[in-house]
Amino acid sequence: MSSDNLSLKIEFGGGLELLFSKQRSHNITIPAIVRKDDSTSSLPQENDVETKPADITYLIHHLRDHLLKERPELFIENKTVRPGILVLVNDTDWELEGEGDYQLKNGDEIVFISTLHGG
Amino acid sequence: MAPKLCVLCETAKAMLRRPKTGQQICRDCFFYVFETEVHNTIVEAKLFKSGDSVAIGASGGKDSTVLAYVMKTLNERYKYGLELFLLSIDEGITGYRDDSLETVKRNQQQYDMPLKILSYDELYGWTMDAIVAQVGRKNNCTFCGVFRRQALDRGAAMLGVDHIVTGHNADDIAETILMNIMRGDIARLGRCTAICTQGEDTIKRSKPFKYAYEKEIVMYAYFKKLDYFSTECIYSPDAYRGHARAFLKDLEAARPSAIIDIIHSGEAFEVKEEVKATQHVQQTCQRCGYMSSNPLCKACTLLEGLERGSAESGLTERARKKLEAEGPTPENIRTIPFFNKTPSGNPGLSIAVEIPA
Ligand SMILES: [Zn+2]
Ligand SMILES: [Zn+2]
Repeated sequence: MSSDNLSLKIEFGGGLELLFSKQRSHNITIPAIVRKDDSTSSLPQENDVETKPADITYLIHHLRDHLLKERPELFIENKTVRPGILVLVNDTDWELEGEGDYQLKNGDEIVFISTLHGG
Repeated sequence: MAPKLCVLCETAKAMLRRPKTGQQICRDCFFYVFETEVHNTIVEAKLFKSGDSVAIGASGGKDSTVLAYVMKTLNERYKYGLELFLLSIDEGITGYRDDSLETVKRNQQQYDMPLKILSYDELYGWTMDAIVAQVGRKNNCTFCGVFRRQALDRGAAMLGVDHIVTGHNADDIAETILMNIMRGDIARLGRCTAICTQGEDTIKRSKPFKYAYEKEIVMYAYFKKLDYFSTECIYSPDAYRGHARAFLKDLEAARPSAIIDIIHSGEAFEVKEEVKATQHVQQTCQRCGYMSSNPLCKACTLLEGLERGSAESGLTERARKKLEAEGPTPENIRTIPFFNKTPSGNPGLSIAVEIPA
């Protein structure tokens, strides 16, 4: 890994953007290596903290802690997105990419779309 | 990790997993199977005949936006011979409906379809904002549901169409089946699963997306970059439906076929004659001519309550008796213009439970 950070493009749609400052598109930077327990507080220096490469499960926690402005229960539930929210990784259904276990790469575009808002 | 290939064409990269079948397919195959399934639903249920005029109930939301796009596509591809219109109801909700109507107006341009907007204000003399100001936020959804149903029929009559199609999808229908079961409303079960319903003097209504999953509708809109509006109605929260919806989404997460399975269960219920007998015989409203199970239709009853400053009277028996005791209906209150829709087609089923789109 040439860098310790990953730059990601995040998109929200289907009404989910209302929870994120009413803004659909966000560019964020997250650490490439994160805590295995998905805690988003910065990594301590000591070696006894278990780590993992950043994945979508971590990203969901990161978005909740650092980008979400209101009502987290409409976004996250049981360590994943609330049922009814679709996730796309570079335009592909995350169900084909390992869902929360997908390991993020620099430059990835992750889209979250709520299907729960009225038709 | 090598990209997974589409199981249908075996050449392009798979982009989504179909909830109904688990198949991993590419974008183009997805468009094709989604559209073809809707086409098959339309053909099998014999929804249209050549020359029909059809209004698409358009809210600006995802379902009706995708429905308008798919109806236009299929009408051209399979030469249905339909004349298509967009029909929108303006409930008069500032900050919600005015924004979504802008989306519908763009759809009118994008899809090149005539658009009719009928407002509650025009038809009833009351906007939802004014109704909420009088009745508060407790029963406003009752007013809105009753008024919307009649407004759609009247808008369709103004357009001179034979048929209204709405964007209700498989998830909506499964949700309504669950709600009717949990309420013990077995009489409505059969009707809420019907793909097409028609009252005696109302216009035929149908749901071409009856078997289309919400996930696929949203994916379709995303991949096609369709322009839709998504905000919850500011007055809405129908808590009961919200619980049914959350429950259904949990079921779907565990087993994606749950939605279609619930629809099949709903369809398989045979309603006994004695249950059906408790439903009222349909007649015509004395005041406005709309179909009704009582001398006065629900909309006229609610409107009279609003006009006489006793909104409750449209909702409870007790409040209605109290209002009646105050005297007869005053001459000068606003009423709904008389509905002149000549019966067309065969009188079939009566109306199904309203599913908010
Ligand atoms: Zn393919
Ligand atoms: Zn009436």
